[in-house]
Amino acid sequence: MSMTESTGTGRRIPDQLATPAQKALKSWESLLLLVAIGIFVLNSFASPYFLDAWNLSDATFNFTEKAMIAFAMALLIIAGEIDLSVASIIALASTAMGVVMQAGAGTPVIVLVGLLTGLACGGFNGFLVTRLGLPSIVATIGTMSLFRGISYIVLGDGAFRGYPDSFAFFGQGYAFWVISVELVIFALLAVIYAIVLHRTNFGRAVYAVGNNATGALFSGIRVGRVKFILFLLTGLMSGLAAVCLTSRLGSTRPSIASGMELEVVTMVVLGGVNILGGSGSIPGVVIAAFVMGLVTFGLGLLNVPGIVMSIFIGMLLIGVVALPRLWKLMRR
Amino acid sequence: MKLSRLMTSVAIATGLFANAAAADDMRIALVVKALGIGFFEAAAKGAEEAAEELGDVEIIYTGPTDTTAEGQIEVINSLIAQRVDAIAISANDTDALVPTLKKAMQRGITVISWDSGVAEDGRMAHLNPSSNELIGNMIIKLAADELPDGGEVAVLSATTTSTNQNIWIEEMTKVLPDYPGIEVVGTVYGDDLADKSYREATGLMQSYPELDAIIAPTSVGIVAAAQAVVDAGKVGEVNVTGLGLPSEMAGAIESGASKSFAIWNPIDLGYSATMMAHFLAANADAEVGEGTVIPIGRMGEVTLDETGAAAMADPFVYDESNIDDFKDIF
Repeated sequence: MSMTESTGTGRRIPDQLATPAQKALKSWESLLLLVAIGIFVLNSFASPYFLDAWNLSDATFNFTEKAMIAFAMALLIIAGEIDLSVASIIALASTAMGVVMQAGAGTPVIVLVGLLTGLACGGFNGFLVTRLGLPSIVATIGTMSLFRGISYIVLGDGAFRGYPDSFAFFGQGYAFWVISVELVIFALLAVIYAIVLHRTNFGRAVYAVGNNATGALFSGIRVGRVKFILFLLTGLMSGLAAVCLTSRLGSTRPSIASGMELEVVTMVVLGGVNILGGSGSIPGVVIAAFVMGLVTFGLGLLNVPGIVMSIFIGMLLIGVVALPRLWKLMRR
Repeated sequence: MKLSRLMTSVAIATGLFANAAAADDMRIALVVKALGIGFFEAAAKGAEEAAEELGDVEIIYTGPTDTTAEGQIEVINSLIAQRVDAIAISANDTDALVPTLKKAMQRGITVISWDSGVAEDGRMAHLNPSSNELIGNMIIKLAADELPDGGEVAVLSATTTSTNQNIWIEEMTKVLPDYPGIEVVGTVYGDDLADKSYREATGLMQSYPELDAIIAPTSVGIVAAAQAVVDAGKVGEVNVTGLGLPSEMAGAIESGASKSFAIWNPIDLGYSATMMAHFLAANADAEVGEGTVIPIGRMGEVTLDETGAAAMADPFVYDESNIDDFKDIF
């Protein structure tokens, strides 16, 4: 930008900065919220079954597990990395839970094993990226095959079944009325992640790393450690999702959660997180989770085939991502 | 292929939008492993046929994009929300669907599985396309029908540990006395590998020069055996039969290496599953269990065994008269 341009007569200099309210109105989140409300209203008109507490409660299961991972994934992507092995971590964690279940372990041990397996997988990914310096997209495509491959070796075409009844609490239980346990976990995590990202030093460090890793390093941020912690978190969330999903299915098969990594990444990007790192917010991801859940459930109620649903989600993604850019182009 | 699949989906979608406002029809959902598979599209045709015959039935043909249990659970959840009357499902996972299907039954929906079953807790009844006894009998019958004066037949199976094949061969041996003059001279194993099956079939023809028929109760083996017969120049001398897929066997029927073979008919299966779901939903108060007799329209009736499962019929026979109708389906 040249000097003449900024002092040129044609340029209007605002006499005040945008107020927080104005900023919020123009933000990605409000655009997305508008989309969500639109979908909600359309769905209510399209199907008489949509506005029913129990049905809406069932619908939340379409996204709660994915969203748990999406929170951690959002931080990871903001920091300029990505983890494509999350669905495979679920498979491995679920398999590990099945192994200890067969050995006679009770619910607390099963859950602990699931979470620890996730943590270990995340640690391995973090090691590959931060210690060996592999690009995260390559490293996690590798571990994607590795983790699920181990599940296939352990289980073959078999399955683990016979989880204890108390284990069903996580994926099939309800905290109160129609509010499921998974939905409560989702809400708690949303608050925790929002605070961590938007209200702590660590959160600022995540943005700094994503915007300029070298600059961050010279500002005294331990870039490697921040990234390693984020991989650990993503692994842990995958372990938690594995606990919920396994509990909901009541069984483990090596094909569990296949393809989920792309849905998680879609949710994060739809939530306004820059895939190249540096920007994004947790409220955006929360709304994106609801948008995806409402769209798939609403179209499901109309018995729209899955392939059309995927097309719709794809167009929604491109549309929501492209709209602000188009807006900018038009304003030029 | 992809495009045509897409077009069908769009066509189905618009079709559904059009008649979404059906009156008080009984709504039966036919849930399949994944949309866009010829076998299941054919089953859906059968379901529509049953609906037309019954009159007051609306079929919701649905399923996930990929063959995953999670995808089917989302589909089932939306069907529960729509309060359909019955769900007839070919499951991607025996166990993972049980909690969701249990929930469906708790909310008053009739649930049956067909083709690929669900564990007993998760459904009221299961419809198998056929039974081991019927298959065992059918494979020897197909060979014997072409040999009125008797002859030598050999079996080309999958692996020595293939449960299904072993049971079928055992059942076949049981009914062998019903076919006088037919002698089973040997059983070989092609491990469900095309090249090994081919070599084993060639070996059979060398070991038994008088061989009249090869029975291959495996879709890999039957194709390989037919090729071996063609390559050995023994078309007309050695008849290949057993269980195979019409799409893969069309060439063998055309060349004459195989006179006929059998496999389930997906149209009949979709038809019968719909009939079964309709009967159970219409008689929701009746006790369903071992010995329950369920009428399935033009296919007759079936009786549930101790696991709540029933066998539809003999495997369907494919020969030159009908192969062209089915080779594009599955």
